[in-house]
Amino acid sequence: MPQASQTIIGQFNPVAVMFFILFVITTLGITYWAAKRTRTTKDFYAAGRSVTGFQNGLALAGDYMSAASFLGIAGLVSTKGYDGLIYSVGWLVGWPIIMFLISEPLRNLGKYTFADVVAYRLNQRPIRAAAAAGSLITVLFYLIAQMVGAGTLIKLMFGLPYEVAIVVVGTLMIAYVIFGGMIATTWVQIIKAALLLGGATLLVILTMAQFGFSYGDLFAQAEAKYTAKFLEPGGLVTNPVDAFSLGLALMFGTAGLPHILMRFYTVPDAREARKSVFYATGFIGYFYILTVTIGFGAAVLVGQDIITSIDKGGNMAGPLLAEALGGNLFLGFLAAVAFATILAVVSGLTLAGASAFSHDLFVGVIRRGVAAEKEEVKVAKIATIGLGVTAILLGILFKGQNVAFLVGLTFAIAASANFPALLMSITWKKFTTKGAVASIYTGLFTASILIVLSPTVWVDIIHKSEKAAVEKEIKAIETASKEKINALEQQKATTKDVAVIDASITAEKQQADAQIKEAKAKMPKAIFPLKNPGIYSMGAAFLIGILFSLFGREKEAEAKYDAEKLRSYIGIGAE
Amino acid sequence: MSKLKSTQEILQDEDFKSLSSQKNTISLILTILELVLYFGFIALIAFNKPFLSQKLSGAITIGIPIAVGTIVLSWIFTGIYIRWANSKYDVLVKKVKEKIGG
Repeated sequence: MPQASQTIIGQFNPVAVMFFILFVITTLGITYWAAKRTRTTKDFYAAGRSVTGFQNGLALAGDYMSAASFLGIAGLVSTKGYDGLIYSVGWLVGWPIIMFLISEPLRNLGKYTFADVVAYRLNQRPIRAAAAAGSLITVLFYLIAQMVGAGTLIKLMFGLPYEVAIVVVGTLMIAYVIFGGMIATTWVQIIKAALLLGGATLLVILTMAQFGFSYGDLFAQAEAKYTAKFLEPGGLVTNPVDAFSLGLALMFGTAGLPHILMRFYTVPDAREARKSVFYATGFIGYFYILTVTIGFGAAVLVGQDIITSIDKGGNMAGPLLAEALGGNLFLGFLAAVAFATILAVVSGLTLAGASAFSHDLFVGVIRRGVAAEKEEVKVAKIATIGLGVTAILLGILFKGQNVAFLVGLTFAIAASANFPALLMSITWKKFTTKGAVASIYTGLFTASILIVLSPTVWVDIIHKSEKAAVEKEIKAIETASKEKINALEQQKATTKDVAVIDASITAEKQQADAQIKEAKAKMPKAIFPLKNPGIYSMGAAFLIGILFSLFGREKEAEAKYDAEKLRSYIGIGAE
Repeated sequence: MSKLKSTQEILQDEDFKSLSSQKNTISLILTILELVLYFGFIALIAFNKPFLSQKLSGAITIGIPIAVGTIVLSWIFTGIYIRWANSKYDVLVKKVKEKIGG
């Protein structure tokens, strides 16, 4: 097994670069092919609705399985054991919800974006503006998180400077989207998903071969190395309300992510839409099971010391395991797959953001629903460049910042601003324009404000130095007290009055405890107690949407509900 | 067979009523099952860690198959929905569409 000094992670890796260039050449070739087929808005936003359920299932999985989840969850499992497994479960459970509540009506009622569905029988302009705001903010926050992660990971794996990595990722994603639209983006997702699933499967086979393909052996060795605690739930879930809130955000946020929702328009009908969720759920579930296995395998075969010495968060657990089992060649392959993964995810996000801008804001709001197709595609392409450049700049600006909270915020906003309005517009006859607009903005602002006031931002970021000062003070008290007690313990050997010294030791301990308590009182406190605001922001969005709808009836919208219902269930008139 | 014309006529059609109420019921039941499954798992972690920490066989704790089972069951739920939709729902949709003449 390798020592920390033997790994080539962090250095320029020609094998990884070679694999990556191969991926880029292939995907740019596809983009060239796709560009010739991208003429209309239907091609640009929805790949001409020619994608099959199976292909879309892979593409959905490609959109959803980020490098952060691949490297991050393996890392979390390798350092925290069972807690990492708990975390991975939360990322899957939104998919069945998408299938049961959203996929078919979404496909039957909409054209290109989920705002089509919310605005179906409501007043177009205010709805489009609100839904576009919800989409764009979700996309932008998620993009920043992905970009910062991309720069850091690529630097670790390829030895490329952070800024160069960001510019490479940004430029390629812009190229895929503006030239190849949804057709190219879909194929980038499919290839990436196949590579990621294939690479992870191979890594798991190599890992399990070390344990005679027995999970019993793997866990027995993990227990022997890290005690039984490693296979038990630890400190991840301490506050049940917090866990519930995060769970809600993950579950319903998945069903409110614009780039995921948009994919349902690439298939020809509701039947294929529903099928694609079945495949996506299977692929993603399988992927998380692989990732967890990789995490445990890395903990045993590579070891936590080496993993955390390369990267504190444990992100390099998977690549280190690949290097240990398959050498430089496999490491290079996996690093390239991680790079491709990042690229695919940001491309999907950029396309969704550009669509919200061109289809909802430009055509729906500014042009009041009337625009030539050519013009709409042109605006979408300009929006792609704008969004891409913004993502590059913000990625560089946020270098070295703690952006982990942005992922939680993205899911909280998606669950609060996007999901409630979408669900109510499909299922509730009395839902009104005012109700929808109020619900979207309530979800958006409540989630954003509460996360700033939460421990994740208020304590860990805004009051970072105060927190560090208090932690330092506590540590100083502990060290000083330990030294005093040690000195007293030594006196025991030379004196007869052991009881007196024992009393001094007890007094010293009490004094130290009191001092620590005093210091802890100075710890900055979050104004909002939960780490994820999901439970409140989602609840508020539903409540406000219902109240505003009940207090002002909209007869026109109610009258159109029958037609919406018909189309929602049987797809008559669906595009 | 007489063709259904207006939206109201279709909505009142027995087959349409049957397909919409069946879909609502199945969707609701499966959504509730999924919620119970996931939040039940979270509740176990929050309130009964010792249960999850029990050894099942060798080093493997009960918590491990429960977590993996939550993932697998979620997928099976989507499979149940697909099976129902492909065999029952699509048939009714086709029937209603034929009545409309579309």
